[in-house]
Amino acid sequence: MRSAVWEILNDIPDPEVPAISIVELGVVREVHENGNAVEVVMTPTYSGCPAMKAMEDAVRERLTEEGKEVSIRVIYKPAWTTEWLSAETKAKLKAYGIAPPPKLTFEHLHPLSSLKKEEITCPFCDSAKTSLTSQFGSTACKALYYCDACHQPFELFKCH
Amino acid sequence: MEKKQALFTYCVRLADNAVVMAQRLCEWCGHGPILEEDIAMSNMGLDFLGQARGFYTYAATLEGKGRSEDDLAFHRNEREFCNRCMVEQPNGDFAQTMMRSFLYGCQAYLQFRSLVKSKDETIAGLSEKALKEVTYHVRHSSEWIIRLGDGTAESHRRAQDALDELWSFTDELFEMDEVDALLIKEGIAVDLNTLRAEWDQLVDEVLGKATLVRPAMKGYQSKGGIYGNHTEHLGHMLSEMQFLPRAYPDAKW
Repeated sequence: MRSAVWEILNDIPDPEVPAISIVELGVVREVHENGNAVEVVMTPTYSGCPAMKAMEDAVRERLTEEGKEVSIRVIYKPAWTTEWLSAETKAKLKAYGIAPPPKLTFEHLHPLSSLKKEEITCPFCDSAKTSLTSQFGSTACKALYYCDACHQPFELFKCH
Repeated sequence: MEKKQALFTYCVRLADNAVVMAQRLCEWCGHGPILEEDIAMSNMGLDFLGQARGFYTYAATLEGKGRSEDDLAFHRNEREFCNRCMVEQPNGDFAQTMMRSFLYGCQAYLQFRSLVKSKDETIAGLSEKALKEVTYHVRHSSEWIIRLGDGTAESHRRAQDALDELWSFTDELFEMDEVDALLIKEGIAVDLNTLRAEWDQLVDEVLGKATLVRPAMKGYQSKGGIYGNHTEHLGHMLSEMQFLPRAYPDAKW
């Protein structure tokens, strides 16, 4: 059973993908409580993720509201990975209209291996007849796809 | 040279490469050939900016003189920047930008793949993150090199011109000095000589698919970026990048 602090943090939405919380996203790594003092250990998704500051501010604000003395420590190791997203979190992404990240494979780790075999299904109609529009999307963590069956453009939460 | 000084220099060099790539790629913002590529280049620029921040912040901590990441990025002169000359080369056309990203990206990929095992924990951590990003970037740039090289007569010509132009800066991607030597002995830095053969392989594989011809003659090879010896392009780039914090030193976000 997670502590009350974890529950509070689990209520803070990801500022760019509000369908999931920052805990579900995996950026909150550890919580250390010592009396009233709380240290939250966080890790960024991408090195330059512009939402990181907003997430830190939200953590500080919410826990201060609860009367906690908050400190935040940012770590880089282990590096954030989409493997940390649970099946439940992936289902929330899909319901929100974002295709969840596929499983990390060897192909993702080699720069010259093609990801064309990666099977991405449309979050709207579940068709596998989809095509990559762009490796990069509206945020660092997403790519752009198009569904050739229902003709909807959609975003993929990139495997990372 | 003491280890701490070497470590500081090593991190500043890694950060300088990243910040210059970030600035160059983001110069495309609003000018990309198509919207998706415009977004792609800013996305990659943002990754590089994040990497630069991590290494500058660590360098500033090691130095312990109260300088910040911003001081290192915005308040050093051209001769104090120790990025590879490859990354400061102008964007040129889209082919030149992609070729620069590809040739440098392959080196960065191999370098970070090794640095993940660095005995310095901060460098290892920052590298683990950077590795995932540069791997993704090389996938993007290599696909474009193939598409442009194996595309129309004009796209082929432009890609080949870019390759010929940038080839002078490839040896320098592997230049090292006593900073590297000291840190290699400590198990912190990577010996770039050990990466060259694999770099050649990666590059040849893509150039082959792209029907591009690797320059037969080595020709002139630039040297000395790591010592602050740059081509004329870096100063111009920095004058734009550093203008605001220099003109308004007290400006805060």
